[in-house]
Amino acid sequence: MTDQQAAATVAGQHAGGDDKGQGARASLRVVAVSIGPLIAALVIGGILLLAMGFNPVSYYGYVVQRAIFSPSGLEATLTRMGPLLLIAASLIVAFRAGIWNLGGDGQYLLAAVCVAATVPLTLNVLPIWANLLLGLLIGATVGAVWGLLPAILKAWQGINEIITTLMMSFLGVSLANVLVKLAFLDPATTTPQTRTLPVEARLPRLFDTSISSGLLIGLVAVIAVHLVMTRTSFGMRLRLVGANPRAAIHAGLSVSMLTIAVFAISAALAGLSGAVDILGTHGNVRADWNPAYSLTVVPLVFLARLNGFGSIAYVFLFSALTIGGESAARRIGVPSFFSLVIVAILLITLGLAEYLDKRHQERVRR
Amino acid sequence: MRVPIQAPAASVPAPTGTPVVALRGVTKRFPGVIANDNVTVEIRSGEVHVLLGENGAGKSTLVGMLAGLQQPDEGRIEIDGAPVSVTSPRQALAMGIGTVFQHSMLVPSLTVVDNFALGGPWWKRPDRTGIAARIVETAKRLGLRVDPYAHVNSLALGERQQVEILRALMRGSRCLILDEATAMLTPHEAIGLGELMRRLVAQGIAVIFITHKLNEAIAYGDRISVLRLGRNVGEIGPETLRGASDAENTERIIALMFGTSRTGEGSRREHTARVIGNTVLDVESLCSEAGRVPVRDVSFSVRSGEIFGIAGIDGNGQKELAEVLAGQSPRSAGSIRLMGREIGGASVGERRNGGLRYVTDDRLGEGTVGMFPVATNFLLKDIGAAPFWQRGIERPEQIRKQAERHVRDFDIRTPSTQTPVGKLSGGNIQKVLLARELTGAAQAVIFAKPTYGLDVNNIRATRKRISEAADAGKAVVLISTDLDELLELADRIAVIDRGSIRGIVDNGEGARDEIGRLMSAGDEK
Amino acid sequence: MALFTQAFIITLLLGAIAAGIPLLLAGLGEQLSEKAGVLNIGLEGMMLFGAYTGFLVAWASGSPSLGFLAGAGGGMVVASLMALLCVRLGLNQIVTGIALTLAAEGLTALLHFVQFSRTYPRLDGIAPLPIWPLSEIPFVGPVLFNTNAVFYLAIVLVAVFAWIYRQTHLGAALQAAGDKPAALDAAGVDVVRTRSMAVLVTGALAGLGGAYMSIAVAGVFVPFMSHGNGFIAIVLAMLARGRPLWVLGGALLFGGSLSLTTALQVAGVDMPTDVIQMLPFAMVMVVLLVAGRKAALPQALGESFVRGAR
Repeated sequence: MTDQQAAATVAGQHAGGDDKGQGARASLRVVAVSIGPLIAALVIGGILLLAMGFNPVSYYGYVVQRAIFSPSGLEATLTRMGPLLLIAASLIVAFRAGIWNLGGDGQYLLAAVCVAATVPLTLNVLPIWANLLLGLLIGATVGAVWGLLPAILKAWQGINEIITTLMMSFLGVSLANVLVKLAFLDPATTTPQTRTLPVEARLPRLFDTSISSGLLIGLVAVIAVHLVMTRTSFGMRLRLVGANPRAAIHAGLSVSMLTIAVFAISAALAGLSGAVDILGTHGNVRADWNPAYSLTVVPLVFLARLNGFGSIAYVFLFSALTIGGESAARRIGVPSFFSLVIVAILLITLGLAEYLDKRHQERVRR
Repeated sequence: MRVPIQAPAASVPAPTGTPVVALRGVTKRFPGVIANDNVTVEIRSGEVHVLLGENGAGKSTLVGMLAGLQQPDEGRIEIDGAPVSVTSPRQALAMGIGTVFQHSMLVPSLTVVDNFALGGPWWKRPDRTGIAARIVETAKRLGLRVDPYAHVNSLALGERQQVEILRALMRGSRCLILDEATAMLTPHEAIGLGELMRRLVAQGIAVIFITHKLNEAIAYGDRISVLRLGRNVGEIGPETLRGASDAENTERIIALMFGTSRTGEGSRREHTARVIGNTVLDVESLCSEAGRVPVRDVSFSVRSGEIFGIAGIDGNGQKELAEVLAGQSPRSAGSIRLMGREIGGASVGERRNGGLRYVTDDRLGEGTVGMFPVATNFLLKDIGAAPFWQRGIERPEQIRKQAERHVRDFDIRTPSTQTPVGKLSGGNIQKVLLARELTGAAQAVIFAKPTYGLDVNNIRATRKRISEAADAGKAVVLISTDLDELLELADRIAVIDRGSIRGIVDNGEGARDEIGRLMSAGDEK
Repeated sequence: MALFTQAFIITLLLGAIAAGIPLLLAGLGEQLSEKAGVLNIGLEGMMLFGAYTGFLVAWASGSPSLGFLAGAGGGMVVASLMALLCVRLGLNQIVTGIALTLAAEGLTALLHFVQFSRTYPRLDGIAPLPIWPLSEIPFVGPVLFNTNAVFYLAIVLVAVFAWIYRQTHLGAALQAAGDKPAALDAAGVDVVRTRSMAVLVTGALAGLGGAYMSIAVAGVFVPFMSHGNGFIAIVLAMLARGRPLWVLGGALLFGGSLSLTTALQVAGVDMPTDVIQMLPFAMVMVVLLVAGRKAALPQALGESFVRGAR
C-alpha cells in the first residue's frame, strides 16, 4: 500500500481511542464469528436431513446423547480422538510452514499396515511395552519415508506438493491393500486381514475406562506441536518459511532443508496416527479398509485457525459426530457419511463468516 | 462493447477556454486520511500539463479517478465542460481518457497485437493483420518503431511504455495520462519521451504528466500544477514558465512544494571529519547468471567509513548485484572478500555473521513478514540466537525489551511492539529494517534504494542514518536511483549499466555531468 | 501368455478410451480454469456430483442423453459454488476446493444411500454410434469410429478449445485473466465474470465426465466412484502447458493404465486389481519427476482479483 494509506491505517487505529467501550462488542463479534458458522452448518445439515426424510432434532439429539452423555459412547469418542489428534498435529505442522501435506491418508494406512504386519510377530520376542514402542517407531518411520518423495520434489524442483502428496496418498492406499492381500495375510483366518495383535498386548487403557492411551499420545502430540510452533526457534523458522518464503531466504534460512524437515515430521505424525489406531483399537488391518481421516481433519484444523488447542475442541466435536453417527447409522438409518457433509458445510460457512466480518470491519473503519 | 480503435483526433482544437478534462473541487478520502482535498485542475488540449508533487501528495489518487478506478467523494469531473461520472476503466476509455500507469498494464505472455485486441467480442477472430498495420502506421507517425508480433515479455520496459502510449492513442484518447513515466527509463529514453509528448500535443492531444521530479516538470511541461498533502497549492502557466529561467522556476516550485527551500537539494553534505580506514569490502571480477540481468565482471572496493554509491536506472542489475553480494544468489565467477576473508562461497547466514548486512528495497516482500509483530521482525535474521532464545525456547521478555529499545532509538511509530509490521507506514517499516541491520557487529552494509517511496521527513532521517553508519566506521554500499541522494551522501559513485560497472566517479565538481555521460553512453536503441 | 495379440491391444485401446474420456473432459475443464487463473481443486467433487445426478436422471428417465445433460448440470452446480466463494468472494481456492470435494463425496454417498442402497439399479450402458464408412477400416475402425457420442464430442472439444485459445478474443481474455488480470480489467473486460464463466464450464465438463463414468462405463453409481480421477485430471492440466492436444494425449495414456486390468485379463495375465490400480498414480509421479519442472502455470493462478488493490 502507499505510504499514505499505510499511515492512514495507523492513524485510524490511534483515532479509535474510544475502543474501550467497544471491548464488549469486540468479544461478541469474535464469538459470533466462531460459533455462528457452527450453528449455521448444523441448521443447514438439519434441513438436509429433513429433505431426506429424517427428523433432525431426534438425529442430533441421539448423536449427542450417544456420543457424549453415555459412558461407553464417551469413551469411544475419546478413544477415536487419539489418531485424529495425531493427524491434526501432522497437518498443523505442515500448514503453518506453508506446506500442503494432503497425503496423510496414504501415510496413515501404509504405516498401519506395516505395524499390523510386524507387531503380532515380534510379540514373541519382546515384552509388551517394548513391542508397543517398536510399533510406534515403525509407524512414524514408514510415514516419514512415504513423505520423502514429495518433499524432495518440492525442495529441489519446486513441484507443487498438493498434487504430489495426493498422488502418493492414492498410491499408498493401493499399496497398503496390496500388502495386506498378498504379503501380510494372516494364514489362520479366511477373512483377508493381517495377523491380529491380542488385546492384552495393545496400548494400555486409561485408569478403569476403556479409553485407549492413544488419546494421551494424541494430546501430547498436538500440544507439543503447538508449543514448538509458537515458542521455539525451530517453530519460528518454520512459520517464517510458511509466511513468506522470500523473507526466509533473505533471512538466511535453508528453505530446502526446512521443507524436508517439515515433510518428515508431518508425515511421521500421520504414520504415528496409523500406528496408534492399530496398536490401540483395531489390532489388525482388514483388506480394503481405509478410514480416510486426513482429508476430513483438514477442515477441522482450518476451523481452529491452525491453533493446537482449538483443534482439540474441533476434533472432539468431530469425533463425537462420527461415533454418534456410526451408531445412528445402525439405529436411525442416517449413514455415517453425514459427518463429512457437516464438516464441509461448516468450512464453507466459516469462510463466509470471515468474509462478512472483513467487509463489516472495512465499512466501520470508513 | 468494444472501444473502437480510431485515429487520434486531428488538429481540431477545443473551443478556447474549455478544458478537455477538468477536476472541480474533487475530494477523496481513505480511512484516516484525505488523499485529495478540494482539488481543481484544468487540462487543456495541446498542452503538457504536469502534476508535480512528492510521494503521498495525492497524484496517483487523482489519476485513479480520471481513469475510472475510483470515484470522488465530493466534487466532479468534467469533460468538455460537461460533468461526467467515470465509473470504470472501460468508461474512461470511451470518454477519451487514456492512462499509461507506472506498472505495466500489458499481458506479458501475449503479443502486442493480441494485447491491443483485448476486449473484443468473444467469438470473433482478432483482426491481427489489420491491427498490426495500424500499429505500425501510428507508430511511424509518432516517430517510434514497434514490432506488433513481439511478445510483450520480450520487450524492454521503455518499449513496453511506448506500446501502451500507442494503444491509448489508437483507442481515440484525447487526453493521455502518463503516471511516473520516466521512472524506468534511461536518460536517453526519457528525452525521447519528452519529444514524443511534444509531438502528441502538436496533434491536439492533452497530456497529463505525473512526476515527483522537479527538473522533468520544468523540462517537459507547458503548465505545472503543484500538489502538496492532497491540495493543489499552485499553478504555473506557460507564459510564466517560458518567461523565466530554469533556476527561477525551480525556486518558484520549491516555494510552492515546501514553503522553504529543500534540504540538501543538489548540495553536498560536509562530512570532512570522517576518517576513511582500511578496505573492508573487496569485490573482484564478480559474475552471476542468476536473475534477470546478469552481473558482469564487477569490481570495486569499499573502505571503512566510506560511502560507495552505485547509480543507474532501475533494472540494470542493481538488485542482482546486491543479492550476489548478500549470498542470496550464487556467483558464477569472481571473489568477494570481507575484512580480507573470502565469502563468495559462504551462505547468507555466514556472511551476516561475518559482518555483512543487506537492507533490501523490497520491504514487505522480502525484508519483513507483514503478519509477524514488529518485535519478531527485528529478529528474523537472528532466530535462535541468545539471549532471545535459550536452548531453542523463546524468551519473550528479552525480545520485548530489545524491541522497545529499537523503537525508541530509531523513532519507530507503532501502536505497540506486538503490532503486525505490515500495518506500519512505509517509513516506519524502513526504520525497522534499519534498526535490524545497523545494530550489532556490522562491518559492511549494503543499502538498496533505501529512501524509495518515503516522505520527506523519513527520507531525511534515513539519509542521516546512512551517514551515521559511515561515521561509525562501517563500509557502506549505497545503491540508489536518486542521483541527488548519491551526490549528497557518497564519496565515490559507480555507474551500473546492464550488469556491469561503466565507471567510478569521485564525488565533487562535475560529478553529476560525468555520471550522466556514463549512464547514457552506449545507449543506442 | 499372449500379450500382444489383437484382442489384448483392442481391449487396451477400448479401455483407454473408456477410462480416458472422463479424464479428457475433466482435464480440458481444469485447463480452462487454470488458464483463467483459478486452481480448481474441487474438480473431483464436480465429477462425482455429475456422476450421481447423471445416473439419477438417466435411470429415472430411461434416456442416457438426458443423463449426460443432467451430469453436466450437476457439475455446474458445484462449480457455481466454487465461482461464488472463490472468484467472487475471494476465499482461499485450495481450502474451498477440498471442502466442496468433501461435501460432494458425503452428499452423493448420502443420497445414494437414501435412494438406491436397497435396490442397486443398473443401467444398460449406451449404444455405440458408428461413423460409417470409417468404422469399417480394419483394426482401427471398430476402435476409434464405433464408440459413442460422448467420445466424439470430447474429441471435437479438443479442437474447439484449441481454436478458442488461439483464434478468438475469448482465448486472449482467458489468458489475460490468468496472466495479468489487472490488464484485462483495464481493457474493460469483467475479470470476475470471465473467471466465473470458465469455472462453470469446467464444472459442466467435469460433471459430464463423471456422468460418463456412471452411465456408460460402470452402469451404476457407487459412492466415491471417481476415485482420484479428478485429481489426476488436475495433474494432466498442469502438465499440458495450455495445449488441449496434450490433454488428449495424457488422458489416453492414463486411461490406458487405468484399464490395464481388463486388458491383461484378456491376455491371460492374472494381476491383482490393486496393483493395477496403483499404475496411473505411479505413472503420474514418474511423469512429474521427469517433466514436473516444466509445468508452466499462469502467473496469477490461485490469487483472487480485486480491482484497484495496490
